[in-house]
Amino acid sequence: MWSLSGVAVVVLGFAARVNPLLVVVAAALVSGIAGGLEPGAVIAAFGKAFNENRYVSLTWLVLPAIGALERAGLQERARELILKIRGASVASILCIYLLVRQVTVALGLPFGGQATMVRPLIAPMTEAAAEARVADLTDSQRDAIRAHVAAADNVGAFFGEDIFVAIGSVLLIKGFLAENGITADPLQLSLWAIPTAVAAWAIHAGHIALFARRLGRGR
Amino acid sequence: MIGIGPVYVLAGLMFGAMALMSARDPRNPRRWRNTAFWGLYAISFLFGDLLGDFGNGILVLAMVAVAAAGLGIGRPQTTTPDERKLLARKFGNAIFAPSLAIPLVTIFAAFVLRQIFIAGRPLIDPAQTTLIGLALASVTAVILCRVLLKQRIVAALDEGRRLMDLLGWAALLPQMLSALGAVFAVAGVGTAIGQIASQAIPGGSRAAAVVAYAFGMALFTAVMGNAFAAFPVLTIGIGLPLIVMKFHGDPIAMSAIGMLSGFCGTLTTPMAANFNLVPAALLGLKNRYGVIAVQIPTAILLLMVNMVLMYVVVFR
Repeated sequence: MWSLSGVAVVVLGFAARVNPLLVVVAAALVSGIAGGLEPGAVIAAFGKAFNENRYVSLTWLVLPAIGALERAGLQERARELILKIRGASVASILCIYLLVRQVTVALGLPFGGQATMVRPLIAPMTEAAAEARVADLTDSQRDAIRAHVAAADNVGAFFGEDIFVAIGSVLLIKGFLAENGITADPLQLSLWAIPTAVAAWAIHAGHIALFARRLGRGR
Repeated sequence: MIGIGPVYVLAGLMFGAMALMSARDPRNPRRWRNTAFWGLYAISFLFGDLLGDFGNGILVLAMVAVAAAGLGIGRPQTTTPDERKLLARKFGNAIFAPSLAIPLVTIFAAFVLRQIFIAGRPLIDPAQTTLIGLALASVTAVILCRVLLKQRIVAALDEGRRLMDLLGWAALLPQMLSALGAVFAVAGVGTAIGQIASQAIPGGSRAAAVVAYAFGMALFTAVMGNAFAAFPVLTIGIGLPLIVMKFHGDPIAMSAIGMLSGFCGTLTTPMAANFNLVPAALLGLKNRYGVIAVQIPTAILLLMVNMVLMYVVVFR
């Protein structure tokens, strides 16, 4: 039971806004020592896992291309393009992006992502649409718009991906149920993801609409 | 067969270049810290397999120490907003070609390269298709930027450094949390949570079982940062014994909706750093929990919908 003290370290550390990297190291040490490991063994276990999980950081390989595109005016072009579309508003851009993200992810297509779509394209488009309607956006309004774009990307990805039969989580469920003597067809699992996906779109679109209305009314 | 090795070398070279560029950036007052941080990251990617477990652990501690001391933000020679507007006019929609190439090349790797066999052996490691595709896509996009948009490769790396510096510690956090998950597993955190879950089993009603399972999935996902880690624990602890064995519910619908209840938890937690904290850094938000704040209302409502849905379809 004492190994749970590492979880407590994480919760407290994040709540107190300590540097998250320090929180993680402290949690690993506390949990490992409470679980009966020597400090040196905890460092070795962490180092081993860190090395094995390097693939998690490979997403950053895309940043030079994104940076070069920004240098060449990608964000500015995205803004110009969206202003040419009549009816483009904060709410319509976010709701459509949410839907497109859900549908493409459900088809197993790698469209979207925080580094590849949100920062260089969708965030500037949404900000431009907001600027066209609300004069002089404040910094906190700008931050709120950006946070909404990032959230639409996440909600779309989470509540679309399980409709794709070959996604990791569907295969994990299938494997887990098989170990417990239950045969599950991945297609059945992905069909049961559809009602929640529809509800996620409706709920989050409502949330977006409320935000856009508040934004339109000014501060 | 091409495996993940060359991709790690590519990442190591990229971070090495960023470390050198940081060292030569007089406009970053903390440039030596950035040099050390990205340099250590380069060493991890290039030589991680040679360092041994303890050596890797020391490398991580050094990176954390540098990051905790505080990284600076590099200022590469970049274009001004006005220059960017002019460039955007000049290039027109051709500017979208490299960014479109990223998903297209990834798809190409997943559906075409994966099928190619040379002398009976696969060209690329089937288990690593996504990551190899991502690396190919990134390289292709940089090359397209060079050819179509006249952006030099060095400039691309320097712009990449600008974005990496913007991320700072957040760049390392997802990998650190994955490693923490492994240490938690060794220390028996999952087992302890499973014990709590099975002791906290609610009384007689079907509704209570559904609420406990779905809420438990969301809560433990928020704690562990990952629904995949919570799912086996909660499904063994509550889902299978109560909903399936005792009340004869459908395990398939239960599992599918249970996993999605976990995803509601993912929306609310800094432990899911790559989804929740990294974008806040990447978008320059003042509040590091700004994205989470937007997602919480959606997560709560959707979790309630999931509970009702699970109750209706599992016992249909």
